[in-house]
Formats: sequence, C-alpha cells, structure tokens
Amino acid sequence: MIDMQLMALLLTPLLGGLLLALFGSRKWAAELNSLMSGGTFVASVALTVRVVESGPQVAFNEQFFIDQFNVFLVALTAFVAFTTSLFSRPYMRVEQDHGKLSTPRLHLYYSMYQMFTLSMLVALTTNNMGIIWVAMEAATLTTVLLVSLYRTPASLEAAWKYFILCGVGIALALFGTILLYFAAERVLGQGGTALLWTHLNQVKVDLEPTVLKLAFVFLLVGYGTKIGLVPLHSWLPDAHAEGPTPVSAVLSGLLLNVALCAVMRSKVLVDGSLGTHFAGNLMMGFGLLSVVVAALFLSRQKDIKRMFAYSSIEHMGLITFAFGMGGPVATFAGMLHMTMHSLTKSAIFFAVGHAAQKAGTQQMEDIRGMLQISPTVGWGLMLGTLAILGIPPFGVFASEFLLITTAMHDYPWTTPILLMALGIAFAAIFGKVQPIVFGETTASRLPHPPALIPVFTHLLLVLILGLYMPPYLANWYRQAAALLG
Amino acid sequence: MPIPFTTQIINLLASVLLLIAFAMLSQRRILSLINLFAWQGLVLAVSTFVVAYSTAQHHLYYSAALTLLLKVLILPWLLHRLIRKLNVKWDVETLINIPATMLVGIALVIFAFNLAAPISQLSESITRGLIGIALASVLLSLLMMLTRRKAVPQVVGFLAMENGLFFAATSATHGMPLVVELGIALDVLVGTFIFGIFFFQLRETFDSLDITHMEKLRDD
Repeated sequence: MIDMQLMALLLTPLLGGLLLALFGSRKWAAELNSLMSGGTFVASVALTVRVVESGPQVAFNEQFFIDQFNVFLVALTAFVAFTTSLFSRPYMRVEQDHGKLSTPRLHLYYSMYQMFTLSMLVALTTNNMGIIWVAMEAATLTTVLLVSLYRTPASLEAAWKYFILCGVGIALALFGTILLYFAAERVLGQGGTALLWTHLNQVKVDLEPTVLKLAFVFLLVGYGTKIGLVPLHSWLPDAHAEGPTPVSAVLSGLLLNVALCAVMRSKVLVDGSLGTHFAGNLMMGFGLLSVVVAALFLSRQKDIKRMFAYSSIEHMGLITFAFGMGGPVATFAGMLHMTMHSLTKSAIFFAVGHAAQKAGTQQMEDIRGMLQISPTVGWGLMLGTLAILGIPPFGVFASEFLLITTAMHDYPWTTPILLMALGIAFAAIFGKVQPIVFGETTASRLPHPPALIPVFTHLLLVLILGLYMPPYLANWYRQAAALLG
Repeated sequence: MPIPFTTQIINLLASVLLLIAFAMLSQRRILSLINLFAWQGLVLAVSTFVVAYSTAQHHLYYSAALTLLLKVLILPWLLHRLIRKLNVKWDVETLINIPATMLVGIALVIFAFNLAAPISQLSESITRGLIGIALASVLLSLLMMLTRRKAVPQVVGFLAMENGLFFAATSATHGMPLVVELGIALDVLVGTFIFGIFFFQLRETFDSLDITHMEKLRDD
C-alpha cells in the first residue's frame, strides 16, 4: 500500500517531465505543468495522511523511508511546487510577450521544473545516504540551466557560480558520505545495507566516533553550501536574482530545506554515535553566523530579489540554529519556521516577480507605488514582507518567538545576537519595501493578469497558522520533533 | 610480514594518481590537461580492478569497467570534441607563479595526511593509508579549480576531484553499493554535458571562455 502511494508520488513528476520534454513547446504546456504538479501534491497528501496515522515506514525493499519528519517536507515541497507552477503560468507568458524568453527556452523550463521536483522528492524520501547525494546533485543539474534561462551575461555568471560552487560543495559531501560508509561497513558489513539510514540509526552507537566526526564536517560543509550557510553562500543571491522568479521561489522555498533535511539525517547519526553535542554545536555556529552576516548585508542591497535572497540566508540560518540546539521544543520551532519561511518567501517572490515585471526592472529605486498600479500585488508584497519580518499575528512570529524563548532558556548568550540581527533585518527590509509599495508609480500594465491566488493562499495559511495551530498538525510536528531528538 | 604484491601495486598506483594531480596543477596546455585527466582515469580503473581481484569483490569489476568506459573513453572524448568545436585546442593558459602553487599543493598533501591519519589506523582493508592520498588529490584538484582562469581547465579540475573521491570510495571502503555508484556516474556524465552546453553559451555571450569576464556580480 505504502509502495503504491510512494510510487504515485515519484512517478507523477517523472511522467510530467517526460510529457513536457515531448510537448513542452505546445500552447498548453503551462497547464500540463500545473496539472502534473497538482497530481504530485494530491499524491503527497495521501502519503502524508497515511504516515501521520501509522508512523514511520519503509518501502521498496527498504530503499525508501518515510517518517513524520520527511513527510512534512514532502507535503511542503509538493504544495509549494504546485502553487509555483500556477504562478509561473501567467508570469512566464508575460516574459515571453516581453521578448525575454522564447518557446524553446520555455520548453526546457517546463520539463526541468518537473525533473527538479522529482529529484527533491527522491532526496527527501530515500533511505540511502548515497542516493540522497545523487538526488541532491541531480537537483543542482536540473536547475543550473534554469538559472541561466535568460542567457544574459549576468545570468550566465550566476549559473556558472552556482554550478561550480555547489559542485565543489556536493563533492565534499560525497567525501563525507564515503567516510560514513567506511564507518558503517565495519559494523554492518559489506553490501547494500550499510548506507541505509534506518540500519545506520539502529547501530549508531557502535559507529566509530572519530570517523563520523570528520564525516559530519564534510557533510555539513557540502550540503551547507546548498543551504546557503555563511561563508558558503555566495552563489545564492546571484542565482536568486538572475534566474526567473518561479525558479527563485522554488530554490528559496524548497531546495534549501531539502539540503537541510540531508544535514539533519546526518546529525542524528553523528550525535548518536558521539554521545555529545558536536554536530549540534557546529550547526548552531554556522546558523548564528549566517543570521548575523545576512542581516548586515540586507541594507546594502539594491536589487529586490537579491535582498530577499539574503533574507532566505538569514532564515535558513535561524532554522539551522534551531535544529542545532536540538530537543523537542527547538526542533518543533525549527520545523514550524521551515514551513512558515517556505510559504511566506515563495509568496513574496510571486509578488516581487509581478512587481518587477510591471516596473520593468529589479532595481528597488526604480520600482515605486505598486499600490497605485495594482493594489493586490502591492498589498501582497506588503503583507508578505510584514509576515517574513515576524510581525504578529503571522505564523513567522509564532515560530521565531518559540525559537528565541528556547534559545533564551538553553543558550542565553545567543538571544541578544539573534534579536539584534532580526532588528537590523527589520529596519533594512521594511525601509526598502515601504516606498516600493506606497509612493508615486512609474509602472505599466501587463498583458496577462497576475496570478494572485498563490500569493494570498500562502499568506492566508501563514496567518491562520499564526493564530491557530490545528491539533492534528501540532501532534504531527511534535512526533517528528521527537524522532529527531 | 611481507607486503602482498597486490597491495604494493595499489600503493604504486596511488602515488601515480597523486603525481598526475600535481602534473595537472602545473600544466598550461588545455590539450595536455585533458590527456592527463584520461591517464588519471586509467590509473583509477586499474587500481579498482586490482582491489576487485585481491578482495574478490565482484561488483568492483563493474566499477572498474564503468570507470574505464566513462573516465578514460567517454569524458575525454567529449572534452576533445568540445575544445575542437570551440577552437581552443591549442590554447595556452598563463599560470601565475607555478612554484608557489606547487608549495601550496605540498602543504595541502601534508594537511590531508594529517587529517586522515586517525582514520587510516582504523582501516583493516589491505589498502590502509590510501584515504590520505585520495583526500590529497581531491584538495589538489580544488586548488587547481581556484587557480584557473579559463572555463575548460576549471571543469577538468572538477572532474579530477571526482576521480579523487572515487579513489577514496574504492580504496578505503571497497566501493560504495553499486546503485550509488551508478547514480554518481550518471550525475557526472550529465554534469559534463551541461558544462558543454554552458561553454557554448559563454562563448556566445562573452566571445571567450575566460571567466574573468564573469566577476561582475557582487555586493557593493
């Protein structure tokens, strides 16, 4: 039964990728893309319901493993991928009408979009630490040509940087995986089972600590490049600013989470083997550094997508910090913040995409008075910004509050640093978004009406979760947090 | 206890691998660089074959064959084709300060051996100590990527790094599970294709494969 549900989840985007590789230049390719993403989302809901009901399970001869933690990311990934496909339909048509994209490029975009979703879902659900690596690399490969989709000098530079930096990072992660296998082989023996996470988790206390320590450093640096942790983040703002906006939304809202999931899987093994808080401490350090550095860089940004990319680094830092602290409450807060950040940040990118299209530029000085030309886009951007800055009653406030109170209890010295960074980020982002939304406009109307349903659906969800957390969801997240320890 | 013959061969091949990594670091001509990469692939394939023979691990024979096919034949062929089409076959790169780069390389090797020392002591396999060499060649390839200013040598450095990693996988652990190895090989192949597409896009946009053109994006 679980096999069937998993198969539906993975085969839908695969089929979508193949169909769009064939028919990607037809008129209805955008609709087909949304349809397949919608199908993936339905499959993910079915899988989620089952796993939340009956707990962790393995599928396909133990090659896949689904528990409350990764099914949460599966559901989030499928949902945001679906809404982004809805957003990209009018967005990409406008880009085409503006002459920025041709039909063959859109063809590439649609098929790669599905393959990217597939590789993320495989990375999330696989039980094999080696396959996680393969799928993460596949996620880079499928997005690198999307970042350079406009073929401008800047976008080529961004894509090259993304490819080389993430390639090097992921190579280091492979070395970490090899070391992990080296330690596991001594306990579990040769062959296929020594890289299966469920097996490793059972014998984690017997794994050689010196090897695992080194392995974790490589894994964290490797996958950390993908999460965008400072000082390995330099690809992230470029790729987000120069790629098409739907790609920025899925990179920021989804890919960073998937990389963090891989780190979490490693952390559980390493801290279990060492019996200390080594992995957690490293994650806290990297997380804190990312929050502070990203907050300082925010005020210097001129490009609106670049600014929100730095905001993503800041929030991924917060989540890494929360997971690093460990314990049921901090992990719960981290997961909640992951959800809120993905929903809010992709909503912001949707609104930013439309705003930049109307103004014809991404330079913030030249985008003015969004409320005059399009009140809905303007309000979407304003509300999204308020939400991401942690203004109550939005859900980001709830998760940040939980995170900071836990930090205050467990590591009091970090609280002033975190609060100061959040304050700086608030001043920087709010100061820049305010004149974009209000003020006199210079923007023009667009040939296709903007997709506003995804923006407001996301923001509404963030608002509802900020006001009221359904017991089903709370229970689910609590179980997942307990699994991660 | 006398050291078994196969172990001696593997140790010899490991040192050849490291030597080739140094040679790549100082090689100015793009064509020779690709040939060196092919030689490194061959060393890798032979060492995998020897490990397979001495430990009677059947799946390593497949790995050796895969390496031979991918890294000695397909990838160098693709790269040769690319540089011929891009007309950069006879390009010579001006490398600044080769002796200094070499010294940094030696320092990296010492660092890698130190880092791997506690792990090498644990290794019960016939090939203990090789993980240090593997790490050293990964770091040397990384250094090569940092010092190069042209796109093709950077990519060769990237692929050489993958060679070092593969050597770590075979020498220290007798190979990863086959499904993982196949996945990695596929990623490398697709990655090389995408690099190829990139070269043409770069050439079209910048009229050269010099990546110094691409240092415009920064925060100021």
